[in-house]
Amino acid sequence: MSNKGGDTEFHHALKVHSELCTGCIHCMAVCPTRAIRVRNGKAMIIANRCVDCGECYRSCPVSAIGVEQDDLNMIFGFKTRAILIPSVLIGLFSHKIPVTAIYSALGKIGFTHVYQVGNTIDMVLDAYREFRLANKQRPLISSFCPAIVRLIQVRFPSLVDNIMRVNPPIDMSALYYRKKLLSEGNDAKDIGLFYATPCAAKIAAIKSPVGETESVITGVINMNYLYNKIQGYLQRDEVDQEMPVTDNLLSPAGILWSLTRGETIHSEKRALPVDGIRNVTEILENVENGKLDSVDFLELRACDEGCAGGILMSGNRFLNVERLRKLASSVEKNKENNTAKLSDGYISLKEHSFLGNIEPRNIEKLDENVSAAMKKMKRKRRLMCFLPGFDCGACGAPDCQTLAEDIVQGRAQISHCIFMQQQMINQKLLSQEKATKITGEIWGAERLEKNCNKTGAEDENK
Amino acid sequence: MQYKYKIAGGDFANAGTVASSVKKTLRQLNIDHSISKRVVIALYEGEVNVVAHAYSGIIDVEIENGRIRILISDRGPGIPDIPKAMEEGYSTASPQVREMGFGAGMGLSNMKKNSDIMNITSTPGEGTAVELITYLEPNE
Repeated sequence: MSNKGGDTEFHHALKVHSELCTGCIHCMAVCPTRAIRVRNGKAMIIANRCVDCGECYRSCPVSAIGVEQDDLNMIFGFKTRAILIPSVLIGLFSHKIPVTAIYSALGKIGFTHVYQVGNTIDMVLDAYREFRLANKQRPLISSFCPAIVRLIQVRFPSLVDNIMRVNPPIDMSALYYRKKLLSEGNDAKDIGLFYATPCAAKIAAIKSPVGETESVITGVINMNYLYNKIQGYLQRDEVDQEMPVTDNLLSPAGILWSLTRGETIHSEKRALPVDGIRNVTEILENVENGKLDSVDFLELRACDEGCAGGILMSGNRFLNVERLRKLASSVEKNKENNTAKLSDGYISLKEHSFLGNIEPRNIEKLDENVSAAMKKMKRKRRLMCFLPGFDCGACGAPDCQTLAEDIVQGRAQISHCIFMQQQMINQKLLSQEKATKITGEIWGAERLEKNCNKTGAEDENK
Repeated sequence: MQYKYKIAGGDFANAGTVASSVKKTLRQLNIDHSISKRVVIALYEGEVNVVAHAYSGIIDVEIENGRIRILISDRGPGIPDIPKAMEEGYSTASPQVREMGFGAGMGLSNMKKNSDIMNITSTPGEGTAVELITYLEPNE
């Protein structure tokens, strides 16, 4: 167990492509941690506030929010190229396409081994049981969704002790399969272990894990990119009987785990599944008020329908869920024929099952020092008497309260508010030239010039 | 710093909004989260008490001099026997209120547990005032 985490460094998988961004503020309005501001006509993400949930990515009308990924060619630097896939990858394809065809396509892409992330669920469940017995906090909150773990750290710091500090399946499986490949005689330097990710949060978690030892995953491939590649092989009919190495460990629990209710179905006590980041925020508010003490376990996921609704998932999340539920019940029916078990050639991960401390990192504090924070708070409340209060976003902050907080922390000025600007000009506290310059600093100097390069704009008389 | 909130008796749908708002303030003031947790739980109980028993109430929150002082005063039936009301499990809540998941008789004792100082004064037939004081530094 190590104590990584805290304030040190945050890796984010979401990036603003400035050349594409039109500064339209859609993302700023939806961000659940108020991490976005507009400066120079472009959205910018405040690193320590961002939880990589991907709401900005979903809302961007010009696809200016990008998700970083590793170059697929990097896999060829390794002799053994294993890919860990979440079950929702299978759900992307029609039920007419057999799982073996998808595996074959992954082989054609260049992977030598294909394993399902959900294969280590039994180990995760063992660790859950152990953690429950050793910890009195209730409700316990699943550590599965990395965006939620980060949301709790920054917005609900008093609830970090409620997080079930158990390694999620992706990390367990990565550890398990790395050990397995080593035990089969592969050289450590020859093993490349890759993960097909449905979302940005998982990338961020892998690149800078919270409360966890270093990740054993070599690289991350985005699901939408992989989907296109696989679909290409399927459409061109280039899949065959040749398959990468795999195992036969797929269980219904493993298939369903990342979907909504995937965890709570294993709970014997009162457990609540909640999906969608806004719903999660609401339920966490309730937990903080001490209203949910009689709930034993909370399964919280940032995306609707869990990972099937991840931002990098193509297709329809409900069809994905439907396919996986069918797959799970057919695996259940054929259970008698399926004799493979994780315990065959058991590799113990007991010492790796648990996460270290998860540090709270309150982003809402106005100052580290309480009395300085009080002064800033008083000033903020006074400022709110003057700001218009209808949250137009024209100052480059999502709402008036956030602008006021930015001002008292020295990150913005009163004159950033266009209404205050008018007042200041009227009272001769600000010149028109200066006001125009300020607006230019927020919205970019050319913002008010004619520009047909936006949705719905076209000038046929030019 | 002073905050004032009004609460309407019987408005269970909004019970907890004062606690949520105060919680947000304490977070912005960077108050140790183990302390703000206690404050919020005590305040939430107090808020629910007013909603469940009184006709209307006012919550005054004062954060000053290293402590948070919450004064919950209501117009309502009052508490005839305060020591009895403090007992865990004692409740005068109506069956309807209990059905909504409130009125388990833990309110006042929970408030005492989650504050450093608690004072109650009550006049039967007029109303009740509960003062909750909690210090903002762990060992003050």
